[in-house]
Order: sequence, then structure tokens, then C-alpha cells
Amino acid sequence: MTPLPDIWSYLSAEPLLWLTATLVAYLIGDAAARFARGNPLVNPVLVAMILLAALLWLTRTPYGTYFEGAQFVHFLLGPATVALAGPLHANLHHVRRALLPMLAALLVGSCTAMASALWIAEAFGVSGAQLASLAPKSTTAPVAIGIAENLGGLPTLTAGLVILTGIIGAVIVTPLMNALRIRDWRARGFAVGVAAHGIGTARAFQVNETAGAFAGIGMGLNALLTALIAPYVLSLFH
Amino acid sequence: MIFNLAVILSLQLAGEALARGLGLPAPGPVVGMALLLVAFMLRPGLAARMQETTRGILSHLSLLFVPAGVGVITHAEALGQTGPALLAAIVLSTALALAAGALSFVAVARLTAKTGARE
Repeated sequence: MTPLPDIWSYLSAEPLLWLTATLVAYLIGDAAARFARGNPLVNPVLVAMILLAALLWLTRTPYGTYFEGAQFVHFLLGPATVALAGPLHANLHHVRRALLPMLAALLVGSCTAMASALWIAEAFGVSGAQLASLAPKSTTAPVAIGIAENLGGLPTLTAGLVILTGIIGAVIVTPLMNALRIRDWRARGFAVGVAAHGIGTARAFQVNETAGAFAGIGMGLNALLTALIAPYVLSLFH
Repeated sequence: MIFNLAVILSLQLAGEALARGLGLPAPGPVVGMALLLVAFMLRPGLAARMQETTRGILSHLSLLFVPAGVGVITHAEALGQTGPALLAAIVLSTALALAAGALSFVAVARLTAKTGARE
């Protein structure tokens, strides 16, 4: 029989192990979220991230080795972005009726997200490449990474900040909207799509399908707008 | 199923080629989303046919963010210093952006509803 350490050193270098670990960690996160009855603090992505980070740390596995396996999941971000056309088309009648409110919320939400983040971070002493990495944090991960590269940021740091923004947005959106007494599902969904991209959109779909569709629209439009205006907004803070 | 996936991947590919070829500021998948939306508007039958696949991919959208999210650990050292500042910036700016976005949506929706009623 092959000794256990040899089996481990073989498996830990293969994509199969880390792909499986990613799916299982997410299932555990999903089960935990269900067990917590949709309490947004128990976010499936957050639980899965903590479990996997702990596992990598315990087994001293480099992130690069992990990503060899996890990239098959990561790749699906692109097709999923394209698939957003589905709910967008199904809700086109909503879009036609709410064009002006959407444009207003897009401009105000997107500029607020970027300018206030840069302003607060700079006030606390963040500068240079880290500040540039922060600028596109409200847009969906593949888009944000491209924008960060253009701005001279650190793409892997941007990926982390994007995820964090999404989780925080997903956690606070329901209590915040309830506190503000906003009951329009279109407004709630659209705002979370603009401020907290795909993770916010995933949260919106859990709560209400109309909110989810508007979140998807907000996320798509903000990807376009942030790509256009991020260089100008960042130049105000240098 | 395979047909639907082929459509999605082809449009992503076309979006990627267009974005690079024309130097568009939008990333390839976003252009692909716009192309698929146009295809759905021209042929509503296609939207009905693909509904199950698009719903399937989107129902576990959050799973797709896990691999990139785990990458935060590669910045543990740098984040020891600026981590709290970045966290404060993200929490406050996200709350502000959510509130500002939703409130302006509701305000403009109310305004346009009023002018619409007067006409």
C-alpha cells in the first residue's frame, strides 16, 4: 500500500482535490446559511472562503496550487455574466418603465461608491497602488480586475476587495433598506447590484426575483460606467 | 443544454473579440451579455428555450466568487497595515452607495410617476 503522505502529495498537486474542496466548502457554507435561516451574516461565500483559507494554511498549500483546481469554477464567471441577459430580458418591461430612475440610481450610486471609498481610504493613509486597487471594488470581479490593471492597481488585491464589498453589501442591504423604509423591490435590487455586484445580485435573487433582475441590470450597467469614469475619479485623489 | 452552453460561450467569445478589437472600455463578458440580450429581443423563442440554462448558472452565482475570494490570503502581510483603513472605506462607502442609489431611484420614480399622471 502507498504511504499516506505520498497519496497526499500526489492529490494536493492535482486540480481534482481543490476543485472538490471548493464545491464542498460552498455546500457547507450554503447549508450553514440555510441553518441560520438566511441571516445575511452567515454568507455562503464568506463561510467557504474561511474554510478554504484555513485548509490552505493548515496544509501549507500555496494559493497558486489551489487555483489550478479552483480555476474551473472561476472560469464560469464569464458565462454567468453573459447569462445575466436571461433575467434582463424577462424583466425588460420593468426596465422600459423605470429607465429614468435607473439612470439616476446608477450615476448617484456608482459615483458615491467610488468617491466615498477613495476619500475615506485616503483620509486613513492609503495611497498609490492600493488606492487604485480600491477604485473598482463595486464592479463585478472580472471587470474590476481589468479596470485595476488599467489604473496601475494590484489585480489580486482588487479581487479580494471586490469580494469583501459584495459580502458587506449582501449583509447590510436588507436591514439598511428596511431602516430607510424603501419597499420598492426595483430600487432595493438595483442599488445592491450597483454597489455590491454579483454577490449582492445573488443575495437579491434569494430575497425577491424582481429585485434580483434589477440587481443584475445594475451590476451590468455599473461595470460599463465604472470602466468609463474610474480613471477620472481616481485622478481627483492623487 | 449543450446548444445553450455553446450559444453563451460563443457570445462571450464574440464579446471578448469585439472588446479587444475595438478597444471598448467594457470587458468581453459584459459585451457578450449585451449581444445575448439583443439576440433574445430579436428572437423571443430563443429566450424561452435558454431560460432553464441561464437560471441554472445564475442560481449559484455566489459559488463562482469563492476561488478569487480565497486569494485575499495572498495579501495578508500588506493588509496587516492598511487592512483596517480599507475595511472602513468599504463598509462606509457600500452603505452610502446603497442608500444613495436606492433613494435616488425612489425619488426619480416618484417624480416621473407624477409627471406621467398629469399628462
